[in-house]
Amino acid sequence: MCLFSFLVLIIFSFAFGTGLKSFKGIIPGILWVAFIFSGLLGLSRSFGVERDKGTLPGLLLCPVSPWEIFLAKMIGTLIFTVIMEIFTLLVFTILYNQNFLPFLLPLGLVIFLGTLGFSIIGTIFSAMSSTTRTRDVMLSILVFPISVPVIIAAVKATGLILDGTSIQTVFSWLKILVAFDFVFLLLAYLTFGFIMEE
Amino acid sequence: MVELQKQEYIIEARGLVKKFGFKTALRKVDLFLKKGDCLALFGPNGAGKTTLIQTLCSLMRPTSGEVVIAGFDTRYDREALHKIIGVIAHDTFLYNNLTASENLNFYGRMYHVTRLNEKIKELINLVGLNAYINDQVQTFSRGMQQRLSVARAIIHDPAILFLDEPYTGLDQQGIEDLKQLLMKFRNQGKTIILTSHNLSRGLELCNQAAILNAGVLIYQEDIANIKKDDFKQLYLKLTGEKTWPVQAPLRASSKNSRRSCGKISYPN
Repeated sequence: MCLFSFLVLIIFSFAFGTGLKSFKGIIPGILWVAFIFSGLLGLSRSFGVERDKGTLPGLLLCPVSPWEIFLAKMIGTLIFTVIMEIFTLLVFTILYNQNFLPFLLPLGLVIFLGTLGFSIIGTIFSAMSSTTRTRDVMLSILVFPISVPVIIAAVKATGLILDGTSIQTVFSWLKILVAFDFVFLLLAYLTFGFIMEE
Repeated sequence: MVELQKQEYIIEARGLVKKFGFKTALRKVDLFLKKGDCLALFGPNGAGKTTLIQTLCSLMRPTSGEVVIAGFDTRYDREALHKIIGVIAHDTFLYNNLTASENLNFYGRMYHVTRLNEKIKELINLVGLNAYINDQVQTFSRGMQQRLSVARAIIHDPAILFLDEPYTGLDQQGIEDLKQLLMKFRNQGKTIILTSHNLSRGLELCNQAAILNAGVLIYQEDIANIKKDDFKQLYLKLTGEKTWPVQAPLRASSKNSRRSCGKISYPN
């Protein structure tokens, strides 16, 4: 994941350079493209071990609810994705000579909420697509369209934070991110048992 | 009456139907077993044995019908149910990149097994994998993985065992060891459902036999009432399964066959 995000940043640095006049405007886009594309690699491994080795029934036979399995998988994905994002921010700082330190707290909050939403959707669809033959392609096809609201909200909020706008302006986008996370977490709670069975 | 049955039977399956799209794998299967019963479930390939086992142990939701095990409905009380059942299936459910000990440690922790380290040593000793306790499962042969799978299935000392072709991949010593182990479980009063293609092995171990054919439970009887020598003929008659000696000459005489609408028919 880290290597992939590093390559994405390298490609963007060649494509746009840093001398672009409106470079600041595309920073959020570059960051989130790197986050989402690299995160997808991690998502495809979320149920990878169970899928490849046929251990999923063994896991489902343990005295834990499907919801607990979902939470464990989702938190695992979240942790690895956040590590990748910290790495990406560091590489971005070096490659593009950007200083994120003044915005670290609000930026961290947006990245966390965006990544949480992405991890929730990704874990649901990773479980759904794990039994299909074209699972890796299927995962991208399923996850990207559903993640559009979270990506838009995260990119907009990141842009506003980097512009130095007040937190009140960013707040409306944060509310969308929180609502999105909540709705999909609820959806996962209600449906993950059925997804696991079939 | 229903209340009486609930007390009387530890496994109750009523009107089980399982459909996969247009294909019906189980057709109104009723199965009742008392505590300590050991059922050998026979049937030809594709009869629905694995589907029945998976439905009984809650891995599959039946299209209709209900399964109640020890008072736990498989649709609603899965966590409580999983504490009292152990499953051995075609797949071993083992993580290949973990060692034998790590696999048992993982599953033991999932089942909240107390004195886990001692239990792991005891089980590894029981299945004869002492020398390989710290080896990764991916280096194991199929038979060794199956042995470890047995240890995995019984790590939480389940009262009910579902065994789907448990002898798969085992060598003669492994088969003998597993047979002894299952005898021990039976004597301990554990309830066992075992699917097998080996009639004599199933009859030897269990006190009940059942035959499933095309998703229908067509026969269930106490083994005490079965003449073991005649059971094979009965099985073949009920399932309509052809034995190799009948099919082999026909295959050999394929020059006498004729193709019609994509199907090959052989002269009688």
